[in-house]
Amino acid sequence: MHFLRPLYVVLAIAGIILIARTFVVPEDFGIHESGYMYGWYRKANEGEWKAIKPKYQGREYCRDCHAEAEQQVRSSGHKLIECENCHGPARSHPEDPPKLTLDRSRELCLRCHTFLPYPTSKRSEIKGIHPEQHNPDGECAGCHNPHQASKPQ
Amino acid sequence: MKFALGGSGALVFTRGLNEIFRPVALQASSRPVRWVFLVDTYKCIGCGFCVKACKLENEIPFEANVSRTWVERYIVTKEDGVFADTPKEARHGFTTSRVDLGQGKYKDIPREIIDKAFFVPKLCNQCEKPPCVQVCPVGATYQTAEGVVLVDQKWCIGCGYCIMACPYGMRFFHPVHHVAEKCNFCYHRLAKKMKPACVLACPVGARRIGNIKDPGDAVAKTIMTQRVSIHKPEYGTNPQVYYLGLSEEVR
Repeated sequence: MHFLRPLYVVLAIAGIILIARTFVVPEDFGIHESGYMYGWYRKANEGEWKAIKPKYQGREYCRDCHAEAEQQVRSSGHKLIECENCHGPARSHPEDPPKLTLDRSRELCLRCHTFLPYPTSKRSEIKGIHPEQHNPDGECAGCHNPHQASKPQ
Repeated sequence: MKFALGGSGALVFTRGLNEIFRPVALQASSRPVRWVFLVDTYKCIGCGFCVKACKLENEIPFEANVSRTWVERYIVTKEDGVFADTPKEARHGFTTSRVDLGQGKYKDIPREIIDKAFFVPKLCNQCEKPPCVQVCPVGATYQTAEGVVLVDQKWCIGCGYCIMACPYGMRFFHPVHHVAEKCNFCYHRLAKKMKPACVLACPVGARRIGNIKDPGDAVAKTIMTQRVSIHKPEYGTNPQVYYLGLSEEVR
């Protein structure tokens, strides 16, 4: 039965691969909730993703210490803007980082306040400027208080 | 000895096969939670705070030209047709009326010839039938019980099949880890009952997340009762990011 020899070789290789697999592949690797086609994975990875620490904490987190500033923004035209959009993600502030990196650039304000004449977009309803004409070298916060939007100081 | 070796070999063999082809697990689960997303293009103002927040929250190098989410601008004119751009994925927002035509060319489109212009945020559709997951040869990307598609960064071999398979172009190589990367609705934040970073950062409520399995959920209600549409339904991927006010120009 010499012709069976290649078959034995193939079976042996398949066997070795399956034996090796039991050592290499983790216990939790296999078919999970979403079935064979979409749910074939290492279960522990879900936990690894879940363990990542959020960086953006939301205005409620800021309010605990900066209640006055938060209240000021809340009663202004900028009430919709999250603190962290300008001040950067809080992470575990004040422990880490002790000081946040505030973006004072013109470009930050221009995200919303460059006038774009789009008839079917809410963007055109925001008070906008033409950046090349409106004090091109000035810092916005020099005249406008971002916490009390609308009126120049 | 020979028998013992052969016997244990056969046992491991059948166990291995059983692990790969387990019919019970093939049955679809009933999901208690199914995360879905609702984008309101009427509300989006193109500030790009969502892109900024996403990149910082998920540690995608800020100046790298890849992003888990981006915002597109569409301008439909009376004369030349449709212009669309997303300068640097809109991570700095749209701060100029000049449209990026690519290859260093820009065009300023005067108000008079604009019929309609609007912004469309894009993010992973967390498809119910994700083609990116089907093509992964090593089981490094998968759909969780909540319907979110994740990438196992330790398991990914960086072959790029999933990047090619996504009809929406949502996947890319992480510039640092060199593995497939994509939006996952901020899975780590959802686990802590927090909103995704883009949803938090959006000042106008153009981005919302909801649980379609919860009948009391405001987003689920909107999706069930309002006129919503999805991207590229012809691919049969069953995307779960719904749009209000999507126009036929949007690709």
